[in-house]
Amino acid sequence: MSSWEPVIGLEIHVQLKTRTKMFCRCETSFGLEPNTRTCPVCLSHPGALPVANAQAIEWTIKFGLAVGCKVAARALFARKNYFYQDLPKGYQISQFEAPLCVGGHLVVPGPEGEREIRLNRAHLEEDAAKTIHVGGVEGRIVGAEHSLVDFNRGGTPLMEIVTEPDIHSAEEAKRFLQLLRQTVVELGISDAEMEKGTLRCDANISVRPAGASELRTRCELKNMNSFNFIGRGIEAEIERQKKVYASGGEVKQETYDFDAASGTLTAHRSKEEAQDYRYFPEPDLVPYEPGPELIERLKAEIPESPGVRLARLESVLGYETALKLVMGGLDGLYEKLVGEGAEAKAVANVLMNELTAAGIEPAAVNPSELAKVIKERSNMQRAAFTDAIAASGTDSFAAIDFISRGAISDTSELEPLIERILAANPGQVEQYRGGKEGLLGFFVGQVMKETGGKANAKVVSELVRAKLCS
Amino acid sequence: MASAIDTLRLTAEAAMGMIERGETSAEELHRAYLDAIAERDSEIHAYLKVVEECQGSGVPIAIKDVITTEGIETTAGSKILAGYVPVFDSTVAAKLKQAGLPALGKTNMDEFAMGSSTENSGYGPTRNPWDLERVPGGSSGGSAAAVAGGMAPWALGSDTGGSIKQPASLCGLVGLRPTYGTVSRYGIIAFASSLDQVGPITKTVRDCALLYRVIAGRDPLDSTTVELPTPVELPEARDLKGMRIGLPREMNEAEGITPGVKAEAEKAIELCRELGAEVEECSLPLSIEYGLACYYLIAPAEASSNLARFDGVRYGHRSKDATSLIDMYERSRDEGFGDEPKRRIMIGTYALSAGYYDAFYGQAQKVRTVIAREHAALFERFDLIVSPTSPTVAFKLGEKTHDPLAMYASDILTIPPNMAGLPGLSIPCGLSEGLPVGLQLTGPQFSENVLFRAAHALERALEFDFVPPRLKGESR
Amino acid sequence: MPISREEVLHVAKLARLALSEEEVERFQEQLNAILEAVGKVSELDLVDVPPTSHPLALVNVVDRDEPRPSLTLEQALANAPESEADAFRVPASG
Repeated sequence: MSSWEPVIGLEIHVQLKTRTKMFCRCETSFGLEPNTRTCPVCLSHPGALPVANAQAIEWTIKFGLAVGCKVAARALFARKNYFYQDLPKGYQISQFEAPLCVGGHLVVPGPEGEREIRLNRAHLEEDAAKTIHVGGVEGRIVGAEHSLVDFNRGGTPLMEIVTEPDIHSAEEAKRFLQLLRQTVVELGISDAEMEKGTLRCDANISVRPAGASELRTRCELKNMNSFNFIGRGIEAEIERQKKVYASGGEVKQETYDFDAASGTLTAHRSKEEAQDYRYFPEPDLVPYEPGPELIERLKAEIPESPGVRLARLESVLGYETALKLVMGGLDGLYEKLVGEGAEAKAVANVLMNELTAAGIEPAAVNPSELAKVIKERSNMQRAAFTDAIAASGTDSFAAIDFISRGAISDTSELEPLIERILAANPGQVEQYRGGKEGLLGFFVGQVMKETGGKANAKVVSELVRAKLCS
Repeated sequence: MASAIDTLRLTAEAAMGMIERGETSAEELHRAYLDAIAERDSEIHAYLKVVEECQGSGVPIAIKDVITTEGIETTAGSKILAGYVPVFDSTVAAKLKQAGLPALGKTNMDEFAMGSSTENSGYGPTRNPWDLERVPGGSSGGSAAAVAGGMAPWALGSDTGGSIKQPASLCGLVGLRPTYGTVSRYGIIAFASSLDQVGPITKTVRDCALLYRVIAGRDPLDSTTVELPTPVELPEARDLKGMRIGLPREMNEAEGITPGVKAEAEKAIELCRELGAEVEECSLPLSIEYGLACYYLIAPAEASSNLARFDGVRYGHRSKDATSLIDMYERSRDEGFGDEPKRRIMIGTYALSAGYYDAFYGQAQKVRTVIAREHAALFERFDLIVSPTSPTVAFKLGEKTHDPLAMYASDILTIPPNMAGLPGLSIPCGLSEGLPVGLQLTGPQFSENVLFRAAHALERALEFDFVPPRLKGESR
Repeated sequence: MPISREEVLHVAKLARLALSEEEVERFQEQLNAILEAVGKVSELDLVDVPPTSHPLALVNVVDRDEPRPSLTLEQALANAPESEADAFRVPASG
């Protein structure tokens, strides 16, 4: 069978963490009593009018600048007309012909090298209300008897980011999304948590024979609410389409939900008439023209992009470790520690394991002191090292206090113990001498166990090696 | 006991003076108008709802039912909003309260302000106090009839394509459609957002200026509002010296203008000359030729979207027989909307739909640019332009209800300046067939003070009697 | 370009209006007359003319991101045709 190339475009919705909604000044909220954060505007009472949230507009522009978008000289809001219970006006205020941000790209590092994923646009719109389906199976829409609508979420600012169909695997889609998430989190404009629905992703997927340039019929995959589900969902849809073509069939344009529990795809009922949103410029709002001062101010606030940092770390540490450091907000400290002369992999290990486990805020750490500890780790008792990490977030943290804490390095104390252990394990001694040098660690471990971790591992291993060679 | 107040003749300014001098109180005035309503409104039907309690210390006012009033049922003349009691005030209603003006009630109107006769109300038509067989115009027909019938000293209307100017004209009153953006639309039940403006309907030009002063100004809740560049001035002018007045040929000779209306307008224009104005013919060739078509694309398109919120979910009529969400929408809207909103929703939906947008809505927006440019060019030469407000005097009930296009043509002279966002004032200038004829004065954006001055001078010279002859016997 | 019966039905569907048979016929006729009249706008060649959405040339009218009080739950639900569990009740979309 010939090989197939998946062609994937993503449509991502990021809920911005403004204090108030996009077009009214009701507080944004999560998990409050239903319909307690509403007003005539977000309930769409007759005569109520929208007023745009300046913060949401600025943050969308800031995102655009961070990913190299062209920021519109004159942006327009538009009405997208359709009826649904969660859309109180019968139209969504969105952007159509003149979005705030056009173009841009994210460079996604990966095992096969960097891939540039182009963005089509980033625009601002309002979120829908929340519907609870009553009487069906587990609150699902199918078989529900009626529905209940809570407008607390309705009108929350959403930034919609649309990519070009530049993504060619489920893994790449996942990586792109992780990097995008990190970007918006670091810009401070969204919590972007898939589980809470503040980051949502739909995928448009098609496959084509490898090497072809045509675009075949695509299907849309909706409602994937974790990074893992996105990977699995896209994978499942790719496989489905390949099978359809392999059996001589044609892919029909449809929308699917991915059910993570069963790993299956369910098609939306395709009875709906073709959508015709009748976009037109929103007459209740006026155009937005970002001035050069605003652009300069926002540019100055943008930190170095996580993609660039990821690429830098990946060449040393590999993708997964680099990603963990960047996602964990640890890469800044990592770079400082390495700058202080600590060894890269050792630093990465300490940050991802001990430091994270100890719950230390990376920004609170004095890097030059911590670097000393990491460099001396092999000369330190395990307990002293652990204590050093635990103290590394405090102002008074000084490496010397922990490095100098007495490990048993006294050979006269250690030698009798080592001799006893060798005598108790004649088989292993025989094997070692027969060439199985990896057993050195076994003997060192026994010594550490006997001393309760207090022995200086470096001294112990030198002594053991000397004894075994003699 | 019969009230000593002659509500048919009393102007708001005079009423204000009476309150100030302690000759009457707000309560007494309010009561006098309620009495007049009780006496005459059963045959005129200007009001949909009357407010019995006097809440305020000033001159009472009638409010078009398109204006949201907290705690007072607001229906926009539509059955779909029957029983809807707003939980908030429109900015305009809040300003009336701040000014201490008590509400007399909510006035009848064409459903969602769509119409020119008030016959499209979901609650039955309003009749013209000058002749009960005739319409008061529309869509603010209830407000105009209330004032003309002595049932309110002044009123607020709203104007999208002529809904203040035309009923003012047909009822012998002064009506101002303000510059777009000078009066907040927050809480005004939207018909066509880029055209809707609230404005006064009054007996005199000075009353009109007084009420405009109360309602105008930038509103943080309406993104399309601006502050007035200059404060509203109460006009004192007695002449039109130095005023340059343009007479657009196409507006003064338009097909459909009756000879009687034409003659009265010409007399008033002659009077302008006598008062010292320089009057000169000019031309608005494309605005008049294409204005109506442009309007009947843009307004329905916006309306089709604005009326989508009436879906039976959060307020308003919900069909009892619905089996599903879509079914509920379709039935509720079919049952709740009258013919005219349905027609306009259909036209607007069509004009915006895929494949037709460019030819209809997109093209209409360009025509709108052309209309604005044509007017702007005229205002380089003229301070204001003048024409009849309505091509005819008040027509008979039922005369145009079966022909939507004939009804639409009632607004042929009011629509073009509206498309350009211009202020327009209609003042009564004479009688034809015993019915009032209105003169439309249009100026550049924010020229309300100029309009007031010119209209005031003209009003003094015209000495038009705003009390309908058939009610003169009741006027004391 | 006369509007067909199918188009009338399609537009009614988009606008969520359950028109009666009588309405469909009447509206088809009226819409044809109206659309013919408004179609007049296409006589003009306006390729280089920009569209007007707003009578005033306003830009950048925005509000600061500072909360103001919301309605109470009672106010929010006051006009609801049907409510349940502090929410607006609607028929299932199925």
